[in-house]
Amino acid sequence: MSEKTLTRMDLSEAVFREVGLSRNESAELVESVLGHMSDALVAGEQVKISSFGTFSVRDKAARVGRNPKTGEEVPIQPRTVLTFRPSHIMKERVAAGNKR
Amino acid sequence: MIRSELIQKIADENPHLYQRDVERIVNTIFEEIIEAMARGDRVELRGFGAFSVKQRDARVGRNPRTGESVEVEEKHVPFFKTGKLLRDRLNGK
Repeated sequence: MSEKTLTRMDLSEAVFREVGLSRNESAELVESVLGHMSDALVAGEQVKISSFGTFSVRDKAARVGRNPKTGEEVPIQPRTVLTFRPSHIMKERVAAGNKR
Repeated sequence: MIRSELIQKIADENPHLYQRDVERIVNTIFEEIIEAMARGDRVELRGFGAFSVKQRDARVGRNPRTGESVEVEEKHVPFFKTGKLLRDRLNGK
């Protein structure tokens, strides 16, 4: 496996190549896509991108956790977590691409 | 929010762009992430989260209906970890 890490820069470079906007504007568009997705999630909305996957927010109740090293009990506050469920298409493409 | 609503929001903010270009921009971003993971690469979007590929080892599974053993091959699955900034925002920080 190559194990490269892509960043925003690689995504805006792809947008730049694909659409031919300036690099600057491409970067801004990547940012605003991520921004709109984040805002919807923070507002408690589900974000469902067909053939990519679904991001949903879930509320978790408070519970008593334990420090695994010391065994000490620590209270865990109620919190909101984000889960991502990949689409079948994504799962299939990732499985096929990484098959040895 | 679904893909078409996301595209509409971006289009509304960018009246100088054609709708079809906005569609291509949004689709390119998601396509690029899937392609990266299909190559085994990670995509790290600071503040939002990181997409990576996790390996699930081969195992002997069981058909829950018949109880029969079946060999399950090693496989790779997509994984997303929420970024710190977004996690904090979700929790009102």
